[in-house]
Amino acid sequence: MGDIKLMKGNEAFAEAAIRAGCDAYFGYPITPQSEVMEYIAAQEPHKRTGMVLLQAESEVAAINMVYGAAGTGKRVMTSSSSPGISLKQEGISYLAGSELPCLILNVMRGGPGLGTIQPSQSDYFQATKGGGHGDYRLLVLAPASVQEMCDFVKLGFDLAFKYRNPVMMLSDGIIGQMMEKVELFPQQPRFTEFDQSWSTTGKTADRKRNIITSLDLDPARHERHNQKLQDKYRKMCENEVRFELIEGDDAEYLFIAYGSCARICQKAVRFARANGIKAGLLRPITLFPFPSVKINIMAGSLKGILAVELSAGQMIEDVRLAVEGRVKVALHNRMGGMVPSPEDVYKALMQSFSIQE
Amino acid sequence: MKPEEIISAENLVYARTSLMTEKALSFCPGCGHGVVHRVIMEVIDEMGIQADTIGIAPVGCSVLAYEFMDVDMQQAAHGRAPAVATGIKRCWPGKFVFTYQGDGDLAAIGTAETIHACNRGENFAIFFINNGIYGMTGGQMAPTTLEGMRTSTTPFGRDVALMGNPLKITELVAMLPGTYFVARHSVHTPLSVRKFKKAARAAFENQKLNKGVSFIEIVSNCNSGWKMTPVQANKWMEENMFPFFPPGDIKVNGELVKRSEKAE
Repeated sequence: MGDIKLMKGNEAFAEAAIRAGCDAYFGYPITPQSEVMEYIAAQEPHKRTGMVLLQAESEVAAINMVYGAAGTGKRVMTSSSSPGISLKQEGISYLAGSELPCLILNVMRGGPGLGTIQPSQSDYFQATKGGGHGDYRLLVLAPASVQEMCDFVKLGFDLAFKYRNPVMMLSDGIIGQMMEKVELFPQQPRFTEFDQSWSTTGKTADRKRNIITSLDLDPARHERHNQKLQDKYRKMCENEVRFELIEGDDAEYLFIAYGSCARICQKAVRFARANGIKAGLLRPITLFPFPSVKINIMAGSLKGILAVELSAGQMIEDVRLAVEGRVKVALHNRMGGMVPSPEDVYKALMQSFSIQE
Repeated sequence: MKPEEIISAENLVYARTSLMTEKALSFCPGCGHGVVHRVIMEVIDEMGIQADTIGIAPVGCSVLAYEFMDVDMQQAAHGRAPAVATGIKRCWPGKFVFTYQGDGDLAAIGTAETIHACNRGENFAIFFINNGIYGMTGGQMAPTTLEGMRTSTTPFGRDVALMGNPLKITELVAMLPGTYFVARHSVHTPLSVRKFKKAARAAFENQKLNKGVSFIEIVSNCNSGWKMTPVQANKWMEENMFPFFPPGDIKVNGELVKRSEKAE
């Protein structure tokens, strides 16, 4: 068993990064995730593991530092919050186009624009549908606890290198700021040996030069590159769908929610069950790939689905695509940094589907 | 004497640089890019550091530099080469890293990355090709376009009251404590090529000292964008670019060069 500590989500993420053998972190301060860089700095990572920490001049510079280091095969990451993640989108598109592995944490806050520093889930579209220019996808993990803020760092790096693709952890201000018990995994060695067949570490006599680029001016070749990327995303859909199902086996009504909203819905399920209503919760852990197949299978035996989100209703579009119109899908949402209570969510379920207690 | 007897190793006076690839250069005839490419590759070859060198190609005319340079390279987003180089060099302090950027890339869209990499004293080399114009996109105004100079977006000449002043970014970065070596060169005559090569060698040798950025501006022509013949373009460059962007050392071994020493 690893160390058990009481930590903030952002701190658990930072500690997990050091323990996962991360080679470098490049970031820029923004609320509500500044604890990530502060925590790493306080740990003196260059002494602890040799990890590089650099505060960049902007989010734009930080993601491009990630690009450079990732192109040399290093295990590298950045973190930010919504407005900062918008600034990183060009770099993320380049990372995806050049097929570079890295980990990006978004501790979401409300938007649009400067919005608010309070929690939100309104970057779902941006995270799961591409975000920058061009046809690409990120693997998106949605932590719902401080424990997952820790565990998904290791999982995220593994997936990033498995697919040579950027992985985004889509967290929010609640998960980033709240304190919980967390069991930390043991320190892992830094990445000293890795596949250098594609990385730019200097051309040796035994191989051709390696080039990291997303550019190809030949349309036929560039179409093939795009097809290769799409094949990779299809493989992710086949192999990497992760979700948690709570009280789902006999459920007549299903909450679908991720991250902090899933925690709220978990309690709403208990209220419903206490009142004799067969409610369950499906919590997507991967937002891309989305657990569409599971939702599609369940849709046939459900009386209603309530999507609960801290946005105007973004994830609900993927839910509706998955159910193919076979069951009513309703939305309960708050925006701008407001958060529903479990009672609100329970009441919304009762009203949406005219359920009598 | 038969030609076969003349073509022998002891009679060789000039050869293709071994670290240039077989691919034909896509630059316009008369452009300085090809010479700068060759000189940088010659230096890497002569120092024997190919296996430890990583280059960064920008957006602009030199976006395809990796097609011609036989070293490991990364293609960076427009203006971000110094950030990309920072990411590489911080993770691999023992490697030799260089960026190769044009004026639009380095002095307009990438100004923040340029200034901050130079100010942090990152230990890599920046090669900055200044031809006063956006060549790749068809000859628009650049941050270094001279006052009165005609481009496709300043068809009546750059009016500094409306469009701002040309930026001497090289003098600007020389003021920063993080730059160790700052110089301005050209590659339009055999003598200027030799001088640039000496500076390029220093830009790589300096990386062994870990004392900060080596920054070399190469004032170059863009005969296509300027709509001149190569010969006219070089003459125009000497007469118009050099008075505003004078060649010579600006900062050596971390010390600003005094004006009197610069006149040579």
